[in-house]
Amino acid sequence: MRISMVLVLSVALLFVGAHAAQSEEITLYSARAQSLVGPLVRAFEQESGIQVRVRYGANAQLVGQIMEEGLRSPADLFWGYENSLSALAKAGLLKELPDDILALARPAYRPQDAMWVPTSIRVRTLAYSPDRVNQQDLPGTVMDLADPRWEARVGWAPTNAGFQTFVTGLRLILGEEETLTWLEKMRANRTKPYGNNTALIQALAAGEIDVALVNHYYLFRFLEADPDFPVAQTLFPEGDPGNLLLAAGMGLLSSSSAAEPAQEFIEYLLRQEGQAYFTRETYEFPAADHAQPVTSVAEIADDAARLAPPVHLGELSDLGGTLDLLRRAGVL
Amino acid sequence: MGRPRSFSHHRPLGLLVVAGAAGAGVLLPLIYLLLRAMEAEWGVVQELVFRPRNLYLLGNTLGLTAGVLIMDTLIAVPLAWLLTRTELATRRWLVSLAVLPLAIPGYVMATALLGLGGGYGALARLTGLSVPRLGGYWGALLCISLYTFPYVFINVRTALAGLPRNLEEAARSLGYTPRASARRVVLPQLVPALLSSWLVVGLYTLGDFGAVSLMRYESFSYAIYLQYAGAFDRTYAAWLALMLLTLAGGIVFVHSRLQRGKSYHAVGSATPGGASPAPLGHLRWAAYAYLLILFFLSLGVPIGTLGFWLFQRPLLPELSSLASSAIDTLSVALPAAALAGVLAAAVSYLSVRWPGKLTQALAGAPYIGYATPPLAFGLALVFFGLRGVPWLYQTTALLSLGLALHLLALAVGPVRSTLLQTPPRLEEGARALGRSWLRAFLEVTGPLMGRGVLAGTALVCIVAMKELPITILLAPPGFSTLATQVFSYTSEALFAQAAPYALAIVFLAAPLVTYTLGREVNG
Repeated sequence: MRISMVLVLSVALLFVGAHAAQSEEITLYSARAQSLVGPLVRAFEQESGIQVRVRYGANAQLVGQIMEEGLRSPADLFWGYENSLSALAKAGLLKELPDDILALARPAYRPQDAMWVPTSIRVRTLAYSPDRVNQQDLPGTVMDLADPRWEARVGWAPTNAGFQTFVTGLRLILGEEETLTWLEKMRANRTKPYGNNTALIQALAAGEIDVALVNHYYLFRFLEADPDFPVAQTLFPEGDPGNLLLAAGMGLLSSSSAAEPAQEFIEYLLRQEGQAYFTRETYEFPAADHAQPVTSVAEIADDAARLAPPVHLGELSDLGGTLDLLRRAGVL
Repeated sequence: MGRPRSFSHHRPLGLLVVAGAAGAGVLLPLIYLLLRAMEAEWGVVQELVFRPRNLYLLGNTLGLTAGVLIMDTLIAVPLAWLLTRTELATRRWLVSLAVLPLAIPGYVMATALLGLGGGYGALARLTGLSVPRLGGYWGALLCISLYTFPYVFINVRTALAGLPRNLEEAARSLGYTPRASARRVVLPQLVPALLSSWLVVGLYTLGDFGAVSLMRYESFSYAIYLQYAGAFDRTYAAWLALMLLTLAGGIVFVHSRLQRGKSYHAVGSATPGGASPAPLGHLRWAAYAYLLILFFLSLGVPIGTLGFWLFQRPLLPELSSLASSAIDTLSVALPAAALAGVLAAAVSYLSVRWPGKLTQALAGAPYIGYATPPLAFGLALVFFGLRGVPWLYQTTALLSLGLALHLLALAVGPVRSTLLQTPPRLEEGARALGRSWLRAFLEVTGPLMGRGVLAGTALVCIVAMKELPITILLAPPGFSTLATQVFSYTSEALFAQAAPYALAIVFLAAPLVTYTLGREVNG
């Protein structure tokens, strides 16, 4: 009789305990795919006891949704990219982050307005077909791709956020007029538009184009599926605008009523375990100072840090100006 | 007690309320778009919306839409004839195969077709033969046609199967040759089925973005996407969406004018079930070759591609996630389909039996809902859901409702077609015998309408299973359907991981296709 009492009591206690641990709950809208970050979210749940309810979706859809929800949004956090985070900050939908969280990210990667924090870093590269382009024939700078020698051989993705941020960087480095001229020359050179980075890499493998402007991590996934995949990638020489660094990052929504556990999640991503996950599983670079990339991406991460142009990630927020320019050049 | 019942043409109030609610629900997004559009600055509208480039894109979209309609008709009408009027009609599984491509998501079809050609393509690796990849106008045309032709097929086949057996016999006895009887008697009977399926396929093609963008064909939806995705803008995106809807509205209007005042039902006694099957003779091999090529392209290529991806990874660790996604998918698609079936029955019955301005407008409204870009449709439900029914927001109930409203037009087509072939006399007879309209409907028209409702419901279910933007916006957090899983993997170029989820959509749709769309041949 006693034993059963004890059993019932302990089960009840367990139940209460489990319930208490789960009572903290945050809602995350993630433009980063479940296939990439799902395991990391689950690891955080186990370690912290905080339950994370995630809506996974495409960048534009989730931003539209948050803007439509406004201050009624049930979401606490948004996980996206520098362009979407800047747009949300501009719309007044993000809360300023505390200094101790911002301080976890490398100073060079922090946005000036302190409204969001980078969680991982990526770099723009030149993907190419080693069968059709010799290494010594690779362009000396991204500007060279407007030369007649590259006519109808280059692919780009004008609707893609990474590409648009690259153009924003170009504007900062070259100025409006020169950027416009380059875009027009590229278009006259019959540069082929594709929908996204994946489509560009597939077009390279298919033989439709010889070089393409992409984000660096997609090729790693193709190579993981097939080590003989016929595409390679490289960075341009030091300081070239073609080597621009981009960020994936997280912002705390103004509507959040659970700022504390939400910040705990951001912190987790910027600590050792989270940062190691990105370099190991998503082939990205760490955004935090202390973290070191693992071997598979160490080389390109080092090169990217060394060769990137002197543009501050926080300055890349003028999306409207970039879209304007792309329209004027007839690219969009 | 028998109160005298007249044949008065009062529209039943209950029915009107249901159909009116459906109409209002479907048009909510339109109100949302108008609200957003009013925030615009005129100068920016001129710059962003009335660009010459948008006119060019609109031309591209119309060209593609016309092409898809022609292609679908060329595929589907002979197919429907083969599978209802010839010796092949006895092979039910052929009907299932002909409908199944509907379950292939557009982005899967496009990726599979693109994967055939090129230096790294399946053809090059299997046979050493490198052909250029599909793309542009013809790529988009082929791709969209290959998964939309079943829609035309279902409608035409339902119409052919519902034709009175003695109609052609009567035509023949009046001295018509078989060819003349086909042209002057059978073809006109197919007109409503063709018109309603053209409407749905046309509106779909106007708004498609997935297949079109993968095929690198610049259409008008590209401009809308760019506003939402590039500029994170909802105001000028609303203007562009309204432009598209104006075009869609014009098409719906023309369609309803073409349909007006036509009756297709038999007057005297009729034996439905179609004429007796014709032997194919020496045409048999041509028919088989045609079916083989069609099924190879529409099913063999996408399923083969998915199978190839599938075997690159072990499946076992995925099974539990696969099962939970399948359950999530069905828990939304089935209620959405059932609701759409009921609403479609109400809307169609009202508009066919009590034709008038109001009921015609109610019958046209679902098509506007269907033509609304899904992202805008989803955002509208976010907007109204959060303000009007916050307790429903981010529940599967609102998601099912949203999908039912967006896809309602898919169910209206087949229901209307069967209704148009059902003589009102039968019902009037029942009402003369003292039945209320509801009992007359349930006892007489309902059963005759049944196969249309079943076909419409199945269609909505299949399309709801592969739907993406509305599902992503309205699903509760943590909810993942098969389609959202496919999206999650393919967007990151993880094709092997996406394959089991995409195949599961096809395999869940298969029994649905076989037991509903495949069965309704015998009425």
